[in-house]
Amino acid sequence: MGASPVITITGCVIVAIRDNLDDRSVMMLQDQLVEEVARTKAKGVIIDISSLEIVDTFVGRMLGAMAEMAGMLNARTIVVGMRPAVAMTLVELGMTLAGVETALNADKAMGLILSGRASTSRAR
Amino acid sequence: MALATIIQNEFDQILANWMRDQGREGVRRTDVVSARESEAQSRELLQALARALRDTRSDDTFDFSNPGWDPVREALEHISQTRTESGVSPTEMAWFIASIKQSIFTILSQRNADDPKLLIDQVWMVTKIVDQMALHAISAYVDQREAIIERQQSEMTEVSAPVVKIWDRIVTVPLLGTVDSFRAQTVMENLLQAIVEREAEVAIIDITGVSTVDTMVAQHLLKTAAAVRLMGAECVISGISPKIAQTIVHLGVDLPNVVTRGDLQSGLSYAFERLGVKIGG
Repeated sequence: MGASPVITITGCVIVAIRDNLDDRSVMMLQDQLVEEVARTKAKGVIIDISSLEIVDTFVGRMLGAMAEMAGMLNARTIVVGMRPAVAMTLVELGMTLAGVETALNADKAMGLILSGRASTSRAR
Repeated sequence: MALATIIQNEFDQILANWMRDQGREGVRRTDVVSARESEAQSRELLQALARALRDTRSDDTFDFSNPGWDPVREALEHISQTRTESGVSPTEMAWFIASIKQSIFTILSQRNADDPKLLIDQVWMVTKIVDQMALHAISAYVDQREAIIERQQSEMTEVSAPVVKIWDRIVTVPLLGTVDSFRAQTVMENLLQAIVEREAEVAIIDITGVSTVDTMVAQHLLKTAAAVRLMGAECVISGISPKIAQTIVHLGVDLPNVVTRGDLQSGLSYAFERLGVKIGG
């Protein structure tokens, strides 16, 4: 099972999702992330989806759920690196991931979390 | 006497009569097609017709899709193309072809005057063939027009949505004219691509030049804004004129989570504020 590695750097849990996810590995990843956030008392979670070519409604919902769970543990979740094609598909599907913060790349997300600034793209 | 043979033997006579008829019917258009060119085209078409008639023995059956008629179709396409380029209307094009009938009928009635039944059959056959030829010329004309429209459309798409980086981390796309689904899609694609390439954090869509905003356009703007947000940037819609503001409210369109500003300047200063850019003075 090619689970994506989850690492924590200066209070940020970072995961780069490698290949297109099936439903089982999505659930596994969710477990893993929440565990890690609780264990490290992280301030933020960065999910890099730049290698995902397809994001379906299930993954979309999972991202929303992740943000909510991490929020309960007092951590911000920022989704980074979404491809244009993926963004267009999600919008067509009517999924705007309203509760999730987004940033262009992991570097910018890291900056946001460390500085405690709000993402420019947070839904108001 | 058979149709193919008559046209073969009386070729010059028919061509001469046809040229005369063209002049009389007023389909010659000497202003755009020279007399010499007109004759060359007529000759080309009549020759192709004579050849096709000889090769397909169409005295009994006639099928325009038969490969034997390829030269006629090619000749028609060629003529249609040259005439379209010089500005001849499709009506004149069809008339030009239909005007061949009289010259052929005259010859036929002279040669087969003693056999009315054969004569009627041949007249019927020629009518069918010439009608098909005219139809084919029209469809060739339409195809050529379609090709021109397609080319222009793709040229327009290229220039219609230029995404410009106006400041560090800020891109803008000015929209002009009418926004249809196709263009809205192109704008969205270009904008999202530019956000990735330029690492932009704020994208400004300027709609100063958009003539009308209806529910569909508003819908497209909302979608684009949502997609921009998903990419990790913020979307600002600027250039909302008082009239457009009224329209949007009257249409009952809600623009939640989208920053709107009256002009590009305000949009830009909002972006500066978000990014913490300080401008001297």
